Amino acid sequence: MAKRKRPLSPHLHIYKGQISSVVSVMQRITGGGLAVGLGFFVYWLGAAAYGPDAYATAHWFLTTWFGYLCLFGFTVCMYFHLCNGIRHLVWDIGWGFEIHQVNAGGIAVLAATGIFTVITWAVALAKLGVF
Amino acid sequence: MVALMPLGKFLLPANSKVGKGKTFAAPAGATRVKKFHIYRWDPDKDENPRLDTYEIDLDKCGPMVLDALIKIKDEVDSTLTFRRSCREGVCGSCSMNIDGTNTLSCIKAISEVKGDVTIYPLPHMAVVKDLVVDLDHAFAQYEAIEPWLKADTAPPPNGERLQSPEERKKLDGMWECIMCFCCSTSCPSYWWNGQRGYLGPATLMQAHRWVQDSRDEHTGERLEFLEDGMRLFRCHTIMNCTVTCPKNLNPARAIAELKQLMIKRE
Repeated sequence: MAKRKRPLSPHLHIYKGQISSVVSVMQRITGGGLAVGLGFFVYWLGAAAYGPDAYATAHWFLTTWFGYLCLFGFTVCMYFHLCNGIRHLVWDIGWGFEIHQVNAGGIAVLAATGIFTVITWAVALAKLGVF
Repeated sequence: MVALMPLGKFLLPANSKVGKGKTFAAPAGATRVKKFHIYRWDPDKDENPRLDTYEIDLDKCGPMVLDALIKIKDEVDSTLTFRRSCREGVCGSCSMNIDGTNTLSCIKAISEVKGDVTIYPLPHMAVVKDLVVDLDHAFAQYEAIEPWLKADTAPPPNGERLQSPEERKKLDGMWECIMCFCCSTSCPSYWWNGQRGYLGPATLMQAHRWVQDSRDEHTGERLEFLEDGMRLFRCHTIMNCTVTCPKNLNPARAIAELKQLMIKRE
C-alpha cells in the first residue's frame, strides 16, 4: 500500500519550448492583450465623443511614455494575433501540417509581426514629426 | 474577455515538487563519462520525488538511452523502475520525457543529447513509480472510441471484407501508432483538459483511423461521439503532438481532418 498520493509528473516547466508551443501560447497572450487594448481604444473613442476636455485627458495619457508603451503593445498583439489567426485558418482547411511547414509558418508569423509593427510605428512617428 | 485560468494548475502540487537526489559517481578509470539525471519516486517511502544523478561511462554502454537505463538497473541501482519491452520502437512501452521532449528511450540515441541527459516520466501524469506513469485513464479513453470494426452487414460468405488499395491507403500514417502516448502527454491542452474529457491526440488519431476505414459502418455514430465541447474541440493546433511523435506520425493532421468531417456532416 502506497504511503502517500501519487505525485503528478513535471510538465510545463520541464517541457522544451518549441516554435509550435511558444507561438501557440503567444496567441493566447496576445488575445488577452487585444482584449485589454480594446478597452483603451473604446476609452479613446468615448473621450472623443464626450468633448474636448475628456479628449485632451485621453490624449495626454496616450502620449505619456506609458501610453506609448500600451499602444506599442497593442499593435504587436494585433499583428501577431492577425497573422497567426490566418495561420490557424490555413490549418483549418487542412493545409500546412508538415513539421517544416509548422516551423516556417511560426517564424513567418513572428517576422511579419515585427515588420508590420515597425512600419506602423515608422509611419505614426513620422506623422507626429518625431523624425 | 479571455477566461482567466487558475494559475495553480501551472505549478506542481506540494507532494510532487522534485527535490535534489543522490549522485552515483562513475567507476574509477571511466573514459567517457556522461551524467544522467533521472526522476525517482518510491511509493513505499513517504518522500517527495527527487532527481538522482548517475555518471555513466559511455565506452561501456550501448548507444541508446534505454541501454543506459538498463545498465543503471543492472549495475548501479536495481530499484530504478521503467517500462520497456521490444527495444526497437514497436511496442511503445519505454515512452518518457528525455531532454525536454517525449520519445521512446529505445530509439533515442544518447549522442543526440548535448550535455547531461535529463529523464522525466511522461508529463502531467500520476506517477506509479520512477518513470512508470498511470495510463489507465488514457487507455480508458482509447476504449471509449471503440477501436474495432463495427459493421451490421454480414461479411461476404466466401471470405473477409475487402478494401481497394485506395481505401486501404487512407489508413496509412494512422495504423502505425503504437499507443505510447508521447503525443498526448506532450499536449498542453491534454495536460489541462485530459481529465475533463479531452481525448488527446493519440486517441483522436485512432478515432479518425476508424472513421476512415471503408469497412466500418458506424461512421456517423463515431463522429456523433466526438460532437462535444471537450472530446475533440479542445485541440487548439498547438502541434506539440506531431513534433514529438517518435514514429513520425501526424496526429494533428488527423484531428484537423476530423474537425473538417464534423463541419461537413452538419
